[in-house]
Amino acid sequence: MNTLKYVVKRVLLSLVILFFVALIIYTIMRCLPTSYIENVARAKATQPNSKTYEEWMAQLTVSYGMDKGIISGFFVWLGQALQGNFGDSWQYTAPVLQKFSECIGISFWMSAISMVFEWLIAIPLGILAARKQYSKTDYTISITAIACMSLPTFFLIALLKLVFCIKLGWFDLIGVIGRDYAMLDPWHQFLDRAAHLVLPIFTLVLISIGSLMRYVRTNMLEVLNADYIRTARAKGLSESKVINKHAFRNTLIPLVTFLGGSLPGLFGGALFTETMYSIPGIGYYSYHAMSAGDIPFSMFYMTFSALLALLGNLLADILYAVVDPRVRVS
Amino acid sequence: MADNRKILTDEELESTKNVSENEEYSLNDDRRVKVLSPGAMVAKRFFRNRSAVFGIIVLILMFLFSFVGGMLSPYGESELFYREEFHQKEYASAVENKEFRYRGTDDFSAIIQAQMLLSINKGADSFEWMKETYTVVKEGEDLYTCLNSSGEMIGFGFKSIFNPAQQGAEPDLETLLAIQKAHAANQAGTFTAGGKTYTIDEDSNIFTESGEEFGYVSVYNVQPLMGDVFLSREFKEQVIEEIEAGVNEFVFTDVDGEEHEYKLEYVAANDRYTITQATATRVYDRYSAPSKEHPLGTDKNGMDVMTRLMYGGRVSLTIGFVVEILSTAIALVLGGISGYFGGWVDNLIMRIVDIFYCVPSMPILIIIGAAMDNASVPPKTRMIYLMLILGVLGWPGLARLIRGQILSLREQEFMTATEATGLSVKRRIFQHLIPNVIPQTIVSVTMGLGGTILTESSLSFLGLGVRFPFASWGNIINDINDTYVLQHYLFVWIPAGLLLLATVLAFNLVGDGLRDAFDPKMKR
Repeated sequence: MNTLKYVVKRVLLSLVILFFVALIIYTIMRCLPTSYIENVARAKATQPNSKTYEEWMAQLTVSYGMDKGIISGFFVWLGQALQGNFGDSWQYTAPVLQKFSECIGISFWMSAISMVFEWLIAIPLGILAARKQYSKTDYTISITAIACMSLPTFFLIALLKLVFCIKLGWFDLIGVIGRDYAMLDPWHQFLDRAAHLVLPIFTLVLISIGSLMRYVRTNMLEVLNADYIRTARAKGLSESKVINKHAFRNTLIPLVTFLGGSLPGLFGGALFTETMYSIPGIGYYSYHAMSAGDIPFSMFYMTFSALLALLGNLLADILYAVVDPRVRVS
Repeated sequence: MADNRKILTDEELESTKNVSENEEYSLNDDRRVKVLSPGAMVAKRFFRNRSAVFGIIVLILMFLFSFVGGMLSPYGESELFYREEFHQKEYASAVENKEFRYRGTDDFSAIIQAQMLLSINKGADSFEWMKETYTVVKEGEDLYTCLNSSGEMIGFGFKSIFNPAQQGAEPDLETLLAIQKAHAANQAGTFTAGGKTYTIDEDSNIFTESGEEFGYVSVYNVQPLMGDVFLSREFKEQVIEEIEAGVNEFVFTDVDGEEHEYKLEYVAANDRYTITQATATRVYDRYSAPSKEHPLGTDKNGMDVMTRLMYGGRVSLTIGFVVEILSTAIALVLGGISGYFGGWVDNLIMRIVDIFYCVPSMPILIIIGAAMDNASVPPKTRMIYLMLILGVLGWPGLARLIRGQILSLREQEFMTATEATGLSVKRRIFQHLIPNVIPQTIVSVTMGLGGTILTESSLSFLGLGVRFPFASWGNIINDINDTYVLQHYLFVWIPAGLLLLATVLAFNLVGDGLRDAFDPKMKR
């Protein structure tokens, strides 16, 4: 019962936070010069026999719904959003949600696949580093992890492109399909797509594996220093039994929490990676929408990101309570 | 708080013994115990961490490189370099005239010219037009005259062109025909026309009686290709000579005695010779390879990459520090207040922190960057805005950390003691609470510096952060959006990326080392 109360309280709090986050984002977007409308008006005004720029501005401001004040405009947006209507994207001239459902698939699969690889690589390495603390292996792994965390994404992508696309010629520089995609049979079409996703996924794994590796190592170290591990060793259990049964299972608690917290992030897309590889996912589209000043799409994307972050925190906290029996009792 | 004295390990005892061998202390003598201040202990632990020391060295080098290097560099941040570029400009063209040209009286109309050409091609010596018969007489190679039915010469067709020595001094019809005849005879000699006598030599140069040059006849027509060029007769003659000699290159000495090199090329597509001249143009020294003057070459604007890297480092480090100082100040004040006072103040501030924590920062930065682009904010103002925004977006995490720390410190005995001794709130916060959160703050700031530099460079890479003319490691790498640069001009973007990586890595290593060093639980 207590847990339920706690969850309800957290959810309500999250909703309040989300409301304010959306308000802040909306205010920022409205306070900035609405570059999109200005650009459209400027383009239209230069056409022959056209109205003046000011007249176009006035007309477009009304037709894009930007004539209301910030607060009333926000509530209109919120009311529509609560009914599941996020408006039409200016940049893509399509309903925001339709565009979103078109591009979320590839983002999700890309993130999901790279997440699987991350966990498969990070857990064994993190545990290895913790078991051999202060050894050469530990130093190598730790420094590699910090180096991965310090990698500027754009530089990494540039290097990967230089080596794998230009020098070795294994992959295409950008895009998700090759030029002869339409002529391939379904199996080879799938392979073609997969080949185009190799480098983006590799990039995603590399830039996020560092923090996970360190997280695993830190938690494993904490467990290994715990009294019950000493007891297990004192009992004369074999090292493999101590590690696999006693230590690793306890490390799983923070790991599962971490995993739960990062699940919503799978839908968030990868802004840089998708943009630099021109992968038509949510990150790519929102980058272009944001730099064009497309308010409905940006509003949706940012509120969605905030929602994912809140959901991640919530999930992590709930999972923590569910997984760890000690938390449940107290 | 922490125990300032450290019981010496056996090893260290050994070494103290060696130093003061002749002094014997009793067992409970304080001098047997080496006293280290907490700071010294932290420093000791820190310097034992090899990767952290490596990080510190890298950072020192980076600071020297950026701040001192910028001063020592002989070039300015946005100093442009030029180079002379020689390229062959099309100068003139020479065409061998293969069409007949016509001159004649007014009766020699275009239709008659066409009829004459037809009969020449057929090999006929007369043709009829409008019930009148015209006679075509071959006067020499590629020279035909046309007579009307009454035997008067009304015009002639020719292929070789007479070029008068003086501009615009076109001879009359009779003289021209005489010249053409003399040329068609293809040998040196004299001829008269219009009461004047002319001499012609083997190269079809024509002189007047007094020996003045009158002009020359050639089947080649040489015309300038550049607008403001006048081709002298000597030049034209030489071109024709060179064409006939079949050379590819020649040197022409102009009136002022200057020598110019020309290339002669036959273009089959339009059946003409093109004469190109090597001309020097002053261009930006773009993407020049590393050399003595430019150790890392030049970039797309013709600026020295090495110098740009130094100034870029300055910009990146300065932005990192300003942003971190700003956000740490906010975090210390808000986190401190929140943790110390608790209650509704704490609740309010923590909810604000929650909200700010959830605002997606990268999208906000992109949107604001794009808006500033649109409003064409000057680069310097832009940089200041960037720092402010990054600072304002960066504080919530640290504020939460500080609040948590202060919350737990507040409950400890030494705080009760400060209250009991009647210290003022200000003193309690700034003298007793804040110093205790400094270690966490320093660690967080050090790690944050790396993160801020990454964010700044990512934005600059997208063209939404630091803008030209200011350099930043991010906007130096921006050149790779051109795949050709990515592939061929590695010297432009690889060093910037490596410096960036090294700096962020160093900050992270140092931060990591500091965290371990501050942690009293650390066993090593």
